[in-house]
Amino acid sequence: MDTPQLKQTPLNQAHRRMGARMVDFGGWDMPVQYPAGTIEEHLRTRTHAGLFDVSHMGEIDVRGPDSIAFVNRITSNDVTKLVDGQAQYSALTTPEGTVIDDLLVYRFAQDRLLLVVNASTTPKDWDWITSHKAGESVELKNVSADYCQLALQGPGALGILQTLTDLPLSEIKYYHFREGSVDGVPSIVSRTGYTGEDGFEVYAAADKAEQLWDRILEAGRHGETDGALPCGLAARNTLRLESAMALYGNDIDDTTTLYEANLGWICKLNKGDFIGREALARQKEEGVKRRLVGFETTERGIARDHQDVLINGERLGQVTSGSPAPYLKKNIGLAYVPVEFAKEGQEIQIDVRGRAVGAQIVPTPFYKRKKE
Amino acid sequence: MANVPEDLQYSKDHEWLRVEGDVAVIGITDYAQNSLGDVVYVELPKSGEKFEAHESFGSVESVKAVSEIFTPISGEVVQVNESLADEPEKVNTDPYGAGWMIRMRMNNPGEVDSLLSAVEYEEFTSGETE
Repeated sequence: MDTPQLKQTPLNQAHRRMGARMVDFGGWDMPVQYPAGTIEEHLRTRTHAGLFDVSHMGEIDVRGPDSIAFVNRITSNDVTKLVDGQAQYSALTTPEGTVIDDLLVYRFAQDRLLLVVNASTTPKDWDWITSHKAGESVELKNVSADYCQLALQGPGALGILQTLTDLPLSEIKYYHFREGSVDGVPSIVSRTGYTGEDGFEVYAAADKAEQLWDRILEAGRHGETDGALPCGLAARNTLRLESAMALYGNDIDDTTTLYEANLGWICKLNKGDFIGREALARQKEEGVKRRLVGFETTERGIARDHQDVLINGERLGQVTSGSPAPYLKKNIGLAYVPVEFAKEGQEIQIDVRGRAVGAQIVPTPFYKRKKE
Repeated sequence: MANVPEDLQYSKDHEWLRVEGDVAVIGITDYAQNSLGDVVYVELPKSGEKFEAHESFGSVESVKAVSEIFTPISGEVVQVNESLADEPEKVNTDPYGAGWMIRMRMNNPGEVDSLLSAVEYEEFTSGETE
């Protein structure tokens, strides 16, 4: 398959060498699965460790005395609450309270932040962010191409990564990070992820990607029956869905507000003004008309993205993410439904290619790991 | 490389067909199961249902995607592989054996001649991007 127009991460050759099946993912040539297959990759991440290439994610460097004030004005969460070495889940919001993108905000210093955004939205985010700079004294730089990003996820992640670094990993709290060296490579090591498991995301210079990839897999005894596995985007999607984490472009976008998507917890209305605050405050006051809920099917059939939700025979909602859940061994999904039906136990049906398949609204996350 | 047994006939929709008298055994190819990934659900017709050639007779779902399956020829379903309801993964592990899908009594065995040989199918898939 020859697709020279697609963008590649620095690990493209490594994926091909390991037999990954590559697909066009929002303009990126990415591994959807490795020879082990999506189910095995998913289960191994839950039971031991999975390694994901997420180098396609965008990184925007923010420096200058007004860094915190500026990012606080264009995102919904409260950046002033961050301390050095801490990260925060947040959203770039429109004046209507809908979502330009969801992102992580890393604080390195009072005058230095790093924004990590979704891959396919990076150009749009960059335009949005730079065009909303007012009088603030900040210097913005799109550094996406400089970094590789590897996510090592699962209960075995800490033990594996610890063999390659002197950083005291167990001291890094959830949503915190440290700078240090991993296998001799200067890295940012962040205790974050998108799988619902404990784990780390490692940012380093793009040209060190393959070294880190190979060394982490080696440390994870890749190749042995219970060793760490490289994982593709299909497993990344099923893992995040079991954990009911929103996917931009599916569950949230510029037509959905943060409250509709149950992201009120990243909506800090009292932090001072930010883009979308007024609309979100109004929506909080008046209440939402629809809400994102989790469901599982109660009859044979697999719900898929974009299928209609039927309630009492009427088309009242839409599935935003639907898939088999390999660990839970159920067929699950997320859907927007009118708020009067957005309650646990509500019976719904999904229009699966013309067949009405029974389903029930259930609490999210579908999967929650046991904390030690 | 995908496995393409020489004694079977193939369709451009990635089904295989084995002639046993006036009955044809039908399933999906190794290339197709590999493209789909882990199969988690197979929806098949009932015995007695009649189909034209190139008609959708069911679907195969992997974790990631749904794919319709098509009859390479016309006929009447005389048996379906019920075991795939509980063990859909057989489609991945043994697509030409235990992963077979339906047996059809052919309306016109001559239709088989319009299908691809193993060599032709191999050529066809090497030109196709997944």
